[in-house]
Amino acid sequence: MVENRPFAAILSHVILIIGVVIIAFPVYVAFVASTTDPTTISNGQLSLIPDHHLIENYAKVLFEGTERSTKQPMIVPLMNSFIMAMIIACGKIFISLLSAFAIVYFRFPFRNTAFWVIFLTLMLPVEVRIYPTYKIVADLHMLDTYAGLTIPLIASATATLLFRQFFMTVPDELIEASKIDGAGPWKFFIDTLLPLSMTSIAAMFVIQFIYGWNQYLWPLLITTRDDMQTIVIGIQKMLTVTDALTEWQLAMATTILAMLPPVIVVVAMQRLFVRGLTETEK
Amino acid sequence: MEKRAVFSHKLLPYALLAPQLLVTIVFFYWPAAQAVYQSFLIQDAFGISTEFVWFENYQMLFSEPAYYGALLTTALFSTAVTVLSLSLALILAVEADKNLTGAGLYKTLLIWPYAVAPAVAGVLWLFMFQPSLGMIGRSLHAFGFNWNPYLNSGDAFTLITAAAVWKQISYNFLFFLAGLQSIPKSLIEAAAIDGAGSTRRFWTIVFPLLSPTAFYLLTVNIVYVFFDTFGIIHAVTRGGPAGATTTLVYKVFSDGQAGGDLGGSAAQSVILMLIVIALTAVQFRFIERKVTY
Repeated sequence: MVENRPFAAILSHVILIIGVVIIAFPVYVAFVASTTDPTTISNGQLSLIPDHHLIENYAKVLFEGTERSTKQPMIVPLMNSFIMAMIIACGKIFISLLSAFAIVYFRFPFRNTAFWVIFLTLMLPVEVRIYPTYKIVADLHMLDTYAGLTIPLIASATATLLFRQFFMTVPDELIEASKIDGAGPWKFFIDTLLPLSMTSIAAMFVIQFIYGWNQYLWPLLITTRDDMQTIVIGIQKMLTVTDALTEWQLAMATTILAMLPPVIVVVAMQRLFVRGLTETEK
Repeated sequence: MEKRAVFSHKLLPYALLAPQLLVTIVFFYWPAAQAVYQSFLIQDAFGISTEFVWFENYQMLFSEPAYYGALLTTALFSTAVTVLSLSLALILAVEADKNLTGAGLYKTLLIWPYAVAPAVAGVLWLFMFQPSLGMIGRSLHAFGFNWNPYLNSGDAFTLITAAAVWKQISYNFLFFLAGLQSIPKSLIEAAAIDGAGSTRRFWTIVFPLLSPTAFYLLTVNIVYVFFDTFGIIHAVTRGGPAGATTTLVYKVFSDGQAGGDLGGSAAQSVILMLIVIALTAVQFRFIERKVTY
C-alpha cells in the first residue's frame, strides 16, 4: 500500500468479506439442505444450522438414489464423470503434446496448414454444430459409450498452442546435444522434452479435468442410458419430476458431490490452476 | 520464431499429427460443413425428399418473431452478465491487490466457483430462490414481492443472470488481479508523491493500464454467456417461461429436439458460427495489438 490508512484497510477487508460470503452462501445453503430431512425443506423451514441427517442423505444418494425421480445410485454417474474427465484431460494432453512436437521439431510439407487446421477449431465450439456432430457419433455407433462421450471433445487447440509455446522456449542446444549423442526424435521427446514439460502438463491437466467434469450439453445428447449419465446431468434429472415432489435434500447432496472433486482440484492445486488458466488464454 | 535444429524424418511428423487431425476433421470440420450444407436444404416432413433451396431457411428464420426474441434475450443476457460480473470482479480485485493481511486466503476463497459447472450453479441459485420453499424466495414473498421465476419472465431472467454472474466473477477476478499486479508500483508511488489521491490514481493510472485486460475479458465473457450458460438455462428454466430465457444456443438445441426442421436448425448453427468467428477475430486482433503495445 502506498499510504498507510488503517480505515481504508478495514473497508477493504469488509468489501472482501462481503464478496467471500456472497460467493460461499449458495453452496452453504445447499450443504445445510443436504443435512436435513425432506419435511423441513418442503415446509420452508430450512435454517442456517446444519441438521444431523448428513450421513443418511449422502449414503442414500450414493448407494440407493432418489425414490421418486431417477432411482439411480449416484455412485455410478460420479464414476462416469470421473472417467470422462480423466479421459478428456489425458487424451487432450497426449494428442496435443504429439502435435506440438511435430509442429515445432520437424519441417515437412503442410506444416503450417496442419497448425491452422488445429488452431481454427477454437472457432467451432460444440454448441454451434450440435446435431451434425451428434449424427456422426450416432453413425459411428458411439452413443452411450465412453468413446462417444470423450473422443469428440479431445481435440485441443489450446493445449497444442500452449505446448508449442513452451517447446519454443526450450533451448536449441538440448536437441543439438541429443543429436550428437545419437538420440532419435522419440528418445529426445521422452528423455528430454517430457521431463521439462511437466509443469505445463500439470497445469493443463487441472484446467482440462475441470472442463471435462463440467461438460453438460454433450453428455445430455450422447447418453440416454441411466448407467452412462454424468453427475451434473444426474442432478438436473432429479429436478424434472413435478416440482413439489423434488427430493431437495437428496438433490442438494448430489450437487455438493458434483462440485467437490473439481473444487478440490482447484483449491489443492491453486498455483498450477492459475498458471494453466492464464497461460492458455494467451 | 523457428527452431534452428530440427529432426529430419519423412513420415513421423504426419504420424504424430494424425490423432489430433483425425478428431478435428471427423468431429469438427465435417459436422460444421454438414451444418452449412444442410442450411441450404429443406426436407419434407417424412424425410423422403430433400430440395436445395438456397437461402430460404435463413429467410424463414428472419421472419420468425421467436428468433428475434432469442436474439434480444441473448443480447440482454450478455450485457447484464458481462457488466455485472466484470464490475464486481474489478471491485474485489482492486481490494485484494492491496497488501492486506490474508490476501492469499481471500484469493482462494474467491476463485473456487470457477470449478463449479454452470448447471450446478443454476441449481444452487434455483434452490435459494424457489418460490415456495427456497430460503430467499419465501422471504421475498413475506416482504410482499410476487416472486415466481416459473411464471414471471423477468424473475426467471434475473435468476439465471444471478447464477451466471456468480459463476463468472472468479474468472474475471483472477485476470483483473493478475493485471493489477503487473502494473509497476513505482507509477502509483510517483503519482502519490505528486499528490494524487487513491481515487484519482485509480482512474488516471490503474484503469487505463488495465484496459487491455478488461477488453480481453469482455470478449471472453460474451463467448461464455453465448455458450457456457446453456447448462444454467437447461437446468433452471428450460428456456421459459414462454421463451423468456431462450438464448440463441438454447433455441438451436430445443428446435432440433422438437424434431423435424433440420434445415432451420442448421441455419441457426451457421449464424452462431459466424458470431463466434467474429468474436474470436476481435479477440485475436486485440491480442496482437497488446503484444506490440
